[in-house]
Amino acid sequence: MKALVAVKRVIDYNVKVRVKADHSAVDLSNTKMSINPFDEIAVEEAVRLKEAGVIEEIIVVSIGPKEAQEQIRSALALGADRGVLVQTDAKPYPLQVAKILKSIAESEGTDIILLGKQAIDDDNNQTGQMLAALMGIGQGTFASEVKVEGDKVNVTREVDGGAQTVALSLPAVITTDLRLNEPRYAKLPNIMKAKKKQLDEKTPADFGVDMTSKQEVTKVEPPAERKAGITVKSVDELVDKLRNEAKVI
Amino acid sequence: MAILVYAEHDNASLKKATLNTIAAAKQIGVDVHVLVAGSGNQAVADEAAKAEGVTKVLLADNAVYEHQLAENIALLVADIASDYSHILAPATSTGKGFMPRAAALLDVSMLSEITAVIDPQNFERPIYAGNATATVKTTEEKVMITVRATAFDPVAAEGGSATVETIDNVQEAGKATFVNEEMAKSDRPELTSASIVVSGGRALANGENFTKYIEPLADKLGAAIGASRAAVDAGYVANDMQVGQTGKIVAPDLYIAAGISGAIQHLAGMKDSKVIVAINNDPDSPIASVADYFLEADLFTALPELTSKI
Repeated sequence: MKALVAVKRVIDYNVKVRVKADHSAVDLSNTKMSINPFDEIAVEEAVRLKEAGVIEEIIVVSIGPKEAQEQIRSALALGADRGVLVQTDAKPYPLQVAKILKSIAESEGTDIILLGKQAIDDDNNQTGQMLAALMGIGQGTFASEVKVEGDKVNVTREVDGGAQTVALSLPAVITTDLRLNEPRYAKLPNIMKAKKKQLDEKTPADFGVDMTSKQEVTKVEPPAERKAGITVKSVDELVDKLRNEAKVI
Repeated sequence: MAILVYAEHDNASLKKATLNTIAAAKQIGVDVHVLVAGSGNQAVADEAAKAEGVTKVLLADNAVYEHQLAENIALLVADIASDYSHILAPATSTGKGFMPRAAALLDVSMLSEITAVIDPQNFERPIYAGNATATVKTTEEKVMITVRATAFDPVAAEGGSATVETIDNVQEAGKATFVNEEMAKSDRPELTSASIVVSGGRALANGENFTKYIEPLADKLGAAIGASRAAVDAGYVANDMQVGQTGKIVAPDLYIAAGISGAIQHLAGMKDSKVIVAINNDPDSPIASVADYFLEADLFTALPELTSKI
C-alpha cells in the first residue's frame, strides 16, 4: 500500500501574527515558517503505519511557493520516502488544492491519504473533505485513532461530545486531530539523508488545475482589542466586581 | 432564491447552534428553509418548524442518515442544492465534516466559521487562530458557509409556524459505516452554549483537583466546565472539554480561567467572552492581557474561597 501525505508551509504556531498596515494580509516577511502542526501529525501517522508494515511507500506533497520544499525535506527527514512540490505563487485555496491532490493520488494509486484537519493560517478545515468528495471515497475526519484491517480502515473521530468510530473502505482520506500521535523529531543523520531523497517539481498546470478561486480575501484586520482589565487584590474584591460592576453573577 | 440551513440534532431534539445559524441566514435573505436529516427525527422537524423566521422544514427520515455520516449527508445536500442560493450549517463536527464535501461535489469554494454577514456575498471570518479577521468576498453562484454559533444571537425557538415537508431522498455513498460512539455524560450545561464557563489548566496538577476545586465552583454558578489543551493532554479531563483553536469556541457572559497561562491557541477559543476572569499566580502570563479581572493568587486557596463567597 502507498500513502500520500499533504503538508502545508505555514507561519510557525508560536509566532505572534501581525496584520500589514494596508490591511491586505498578514505580514509574513522575515517570519519563521514551519510544517503545519496537524500535517506533522499526518506524516508521523504515515511513518508509524510504514513501521507497522501496513504501507510500503510514503509520498509527501506540498503545494505552494518554492520555499515549501523546506517543509517537504522536513517530512522526508521524519521518514517519508519521496516528495512532490507543486510550485505556485497563487494563494492555495482548498478546492484547487484538493483537485491537484486528487490527480496525484489517482496517478500514484495511493490507498491512504493523510492530511491535517486544518491549517493554522486560514483555519479552513476543508481540503481533506473536498478531496474525499472529488475522489468519491470515504473520509475519516478529526482522527484520534487509525486502525487498518485488510481493505478497511477504522477511524476513531473526535466529535462534539465524545468520540465516534467509523469503518471506511480503502482508499480513504484521513484528517488528523491533535491527539492522534506525538510527532517525532528529525535526527541529524536523517536530515542529511533527506537531502538525497527524490523531490519532483511540478506546477498546477501539469495537473490541469487553474488556481484562481471565486473567493477572495478583500481585507484583513487585527481583531478588536479588549479594553485593559484590572488586577483585583482579593477574592472579596473579585466577587464584588463581578456582582456590582460586571453584573454577571 | 431561498436559503437552506442544516439542522444540528441528535434525532431527539434540535441543538441550539441551529438557532444561531438560522439567525445568520436571516441576515442574508428572508426565505429560510431548514433541512432535518436523521432517523426517527420527526420531533426535531416539528421543533425546527417553530423556530422564528423559518418558512419551510425539509424532513429526511431514513436509517442511512441516522448517524449523519458526512458521505451520505453531503450527497443529500448537493442533490437538493439547486433550489438554494446559500447553504449554511453550524460549524459543529457534523457541519465541518459534510459541508466541504458537499461544496466539492457542487464544484464551489466554501467559507468556514463566519462570524459576521456583511451582505450576501461578503462575510467576515477569523484566521490565524483569531489573531486576524478576514473579510472574504465570494462570487460563487452557490454560497456554502459554516457559521460560528457564538458570533450570532439565536432566533427564538418558539413562535414560528413553518410547514414540514417530508422528502424521501435516500443517498447512500456506501463508503463508510458507523461502528460505535462514546459520548461523555454530563449534567452540566453544554460548554458552547453555557452563560458561565469555569476552565482549568495545567496548574490543577491532576484530575482529582478538577473534581475538588473546579466542579464545586461550576456547580455553584450553574456553569459548564472547560479546560486548556495542557489539562486535556495530561489526562485530567476528557478532550471534549477543551477550549481553543482546536477544541470548542465559547463566548459566555463570564469565563473564569484558573491556572491557565493563556497560549494563543487557548485565547482563540474564549477571547470573545463578555467578562474574563483569570486566577493565576503569574501576573506576567498572557491570560492577564485579556482578563477584565485578574486575581494574582494560588488557585488552591482562591478557588475554595471564591466558591464559598458566591
